[in-house]
Amino acid sequence: MSSVWPRLEPILPRVQKPARYIGGEDGSQTPEHHPAKVAWLLGYPDTYEIGLPNQGLQILYEILNERRDAVAERTYAPWTDLQAELRAHDVPLFSVDSHRPASDFDVFAFNLSAELTYTNLLDMVDLAGCPVVAAERTTDDLFIGAGGHCTYNPEPIAAFLDFVVLGDGEEVVGEITEVLAAWKAARAADETVPRRDALVALAGVTGVYVPGLYEAEHAPDGTLLATRRTHPAAPEVVEKRTIADLAQWPYPRNQLVPLTEVVHDRLNVEVFRGCTRGCRFCQAGMITRPVRERPADQVRTMVERGLRRTGYDEVALTSLSTADFSGIETVVSGIVNGDAPGAASVPPPVVSERIDSESPSDGSPGRDGVGPGSTLDCGAGLGPGLASDISVSLPSLRVDAFTVGIAAEIQRARRTGLTFAPEGGTWRMRQVINKLISDDDLYGAVQSAYSQGWRRMKLYFMIGLPTETDEDTLGIATLAREVVKIGRKYHKNPSVTVSVGGFVPKPFTPFQWFGQNTREELTRKVGLLRDATRRDGGVQLKWHDPRATTVEGIMARGDRRLAPVIEDVWRHGGTFQEWSEHFDLQLWTDALERNGLSVEELVYRHRTEDEVLAWGHLSAGLHHDFLWQDWRDALNEVGLEDCRWTPCYDCGACTGYGIEHVVANAQPPAGGSQGTGRSPAVPVTLGRRAEPAGVA
Amino acid sequence: MRLRLRFTKRGKVRFTSHRDVARIWERTLRRVELPVARSQGFSPRPKLHFGLALSTGHESLAEYLDVDLVEGAVVDTAALPARLTAALPGGLIATAAGVVAPGTPSLQHAVTSSRWEIEVGGLDLPTLSTRTEALLAATELVMTRQRKGKDVSDDVRPHLFHLRPTAARETGSLLIAELGSQNRGLRPSELVTLLGDGASEGLVRRTHQFTEHDGVRSEPLTPAPHAEARAS
Repeated sequence: MSSVWPRLEPILPRVQKPARYIGGEDGSQTPEHHPAKVAWLLGYPDTYEIGLPNQGLQILYEILNERRDAVAERTYAPWTDLQAELRAHDVPLFSVDSHRPASDFDVFAFNLSAELTYTNLLDMVDLAGCPVVAAERTTDDLFIGAGGHCTYNPEPIAAFLDFVVLGDGEEVVGEITEVLAAWKAARAADETVPRRDALVALAGVTGVYVPGLYEAEHAPDGTLLATRRTHPAAPEVVEKRTIADLAQWPYPRNQLVPLTEVVHDRLNVEVFRGCTRGCRFCQAGMITRPVRERPADQVRTMVERGLRRTGYDEVALTSLSTADFSGIETVVSGIVNGDAPGAASVPPPVVSERIDSESPSDGSPGRDGVGPGSTLDCGAGLGPGLASDISVSLPSLRVDAFTVGIAAEIQRARRTGLTFAPEGGTWRMRQVINKLISDDDLYGAVQSAYSQGWRRMKLYFMIGLPTETDEDTLGIATLAREVVKIGRKYHKNPSVTVSVGGFVPKPFTPFQWFGQNTREELTRKVGLLRDATRRDGGVQLKWHDPRATTVEGIMARGDRRLAPVIEDVWRHGGTFQEWSEHFDLQLWTDALERNGLSVEELVYRHRTEDEVLAWGHLSAGLHHDFLWQDWRDALNEVGLEDCRWTPCYDCGACTGYGIEHVVANAQPPAGGSQGTGRSPAVPVTLGRRAEPAGVA
Repeated sequence: MRLRLRFTKRGKVRFTSHRDVARIWERTLRRVELPVARSQGFSPRPKLHFGLALSTGHESLAEYLDVDLVEGAVVDTAALPARLTAALPGGLIATAAGVVAPGTPSLQHAVTSSRWEIEVGGLDLPTLSTRTEALLAATELVMTRQRKGKDVSDDVRPHLFHLRPTAARETGSLLIAELGSQNRGLRPSELVTLLGDGASEGLVRRTHQFTEHDGVRSEPLTPAPHAEARAS
């Protein structure tokens, strides 16, 4: 077995945080490679601390290693110091599991969760000893693949990828393995079998997009005319994959426990996938439809077994909106009180809690889910030898009193901080984005929180949303001020942190046609808020760098003309662009200019209904008409109820794929279908939609 | 009741930090369901007490950790090392466990020196011998080191207890050193710096830690392997 370890070992004492590169996590595997097996190297194009917890990557790692015809190992982006050392000493990129060189693998597949990591992908492919441009690869080179939310518009990096997966990966990785195993066997028998045969066969797998089999045609002014297939085996439109039943995929079974500290360093159990709240800015909520809940018993088993195996003292129940999980109160109290099935052997007492952000929303500042946590000693009643410090974390909570009630259930002591994400500063704004939280919902939630002992509130907002006026922007300051005022009734010095991020429109959302606010406009709005909150004691304003928001916007909806731009930035040393200490706007503006492209055209301009979008030949199952109508509704400030509990709007995600919501309880949660607990007096224009345009 | 554990840190896992190792121990003790006592207050932590921090990248055959158990806990200390090792990541091996008598000074205070095996690159054995002799012959070795962001100069000669260059290795020579750890002490890396031009640090391994009590030098843990301990 080849290993780069002997060459890496003398380098590691010279780099920061060498534990990033040693592997050895509990749950890690060193599978036996074989020429007949397809060897996958699963990569995350950011540091180990960010990449290791990625659940998608861990799920595929296990599923592939369970197969007889596949092996899988992992790798993460080497920090800049190690990048330089590897190049200086001619050491290739390696897996952290067995420290094999990347070139020992057949497939190098990336999870893409953030656009700003694209240059890291190029760097990792280069360090792997593989040509970065797909067209330059030869038969013996790696197949470079990608999956994850960013791949719903992979066009900016299409030139670097051999294949792209849309949607859930659980099933499709097996099908890809079979195609590549067959190709490897054919090639073993006949050396002249070309690489292209494998690509053509991959294009026949549902959910797989092979960019090399498509051609983009642009008008002389740059307008995209069409993206057409160039091979009959490639589908005209590539559809996403969706697993129908989460219960069949209780992964990860053996979540990796890193030796060094990472983000989300805790047990994570996914309680459901998909979200139909319909927040119009939220790409995750649009592309992961429908809602598929994990059975509560399975959740409990995964929590119990996971805590016991890992030794973690914290478990997060993850999803896009965990309070919506059917019977969440029962599940949570079951964990908290140790009365889960088989509780006699459960490390029981769960005591404390962390409440983090609301649903993740694109363009918002970092929702890393790391909030102030706390623990409470349960004291008596614990058997000796059992951990008595388990805490439960519920990221992505709604803004309502019900939610605060759950928080109170699991955070019985040290109620320090709670996070809410109203996203918009005024009711009007929140109708536009379909996040139907009234001011009173928020005030009720914070009042409930303050009165039960919490002291610090964190509020997440976006600026640069469609139709936003200065009144909407300043509404953020007004809300924050009111929250402080409520807090003063209960505490001497309540603190409210307001985090503001610039909105980046994403593909397959109703806002995909919206022209993103310019960098200058976002900066101006940040300035408005700074001025407005400066004199307010208790309000702390934080904001995301509008320059980074602009670059994210370039890639979020960019097309194939961006490939040379991304390559240019990478060649000029622009890696780790998602890290503020490495982000360099100048690299991007220079590269755009050298390639004759403008931010104006790529990012700031409103798109038209009939315009060909860069991702038009890909499908998340959502009908174009549905998205366009929802965009018109947004402009008309018309809200839309959650279809989990109401009649279908025919967005296409269920009907198109013959699947349905999997929800244990068909009753909408407390507070109505939007679950906000708002009083009926609030004038909501729900369900009164304008006639769909162009539909009889 | 306070348990004292000895463990090794070798191989790839030596690149984890002192803080990483502390977190690994917290998880490991939960996995083996040892009834660890916890601090009082809003944010209770398990009561673990580590000795002298080992630099990231250095190996050790003799790391120590004190663990406070809840009152009334019963632990088979003879069987404990194997149970712990099974739950620890590769390279961390529990080698001994024993009960510490009440009133025993903490590891931080008790340990006065460590013995090290230091691979020194760039110097052949005769050169290394000459330089170590010179260091030992000196009456004063003033070294400037950073402390809390400020340069501080002090005499490190008192921390040089013993130096013995031995077998030449592929990459250079091996230096066995016993270095004092009280009052800031002297770290192996600092010793390599004192060796002067050309000397480079290879693999560094702590082999022993020593305590001194009433002039008697011993190791922090002398396990009574077959005793089953019960808290009083």
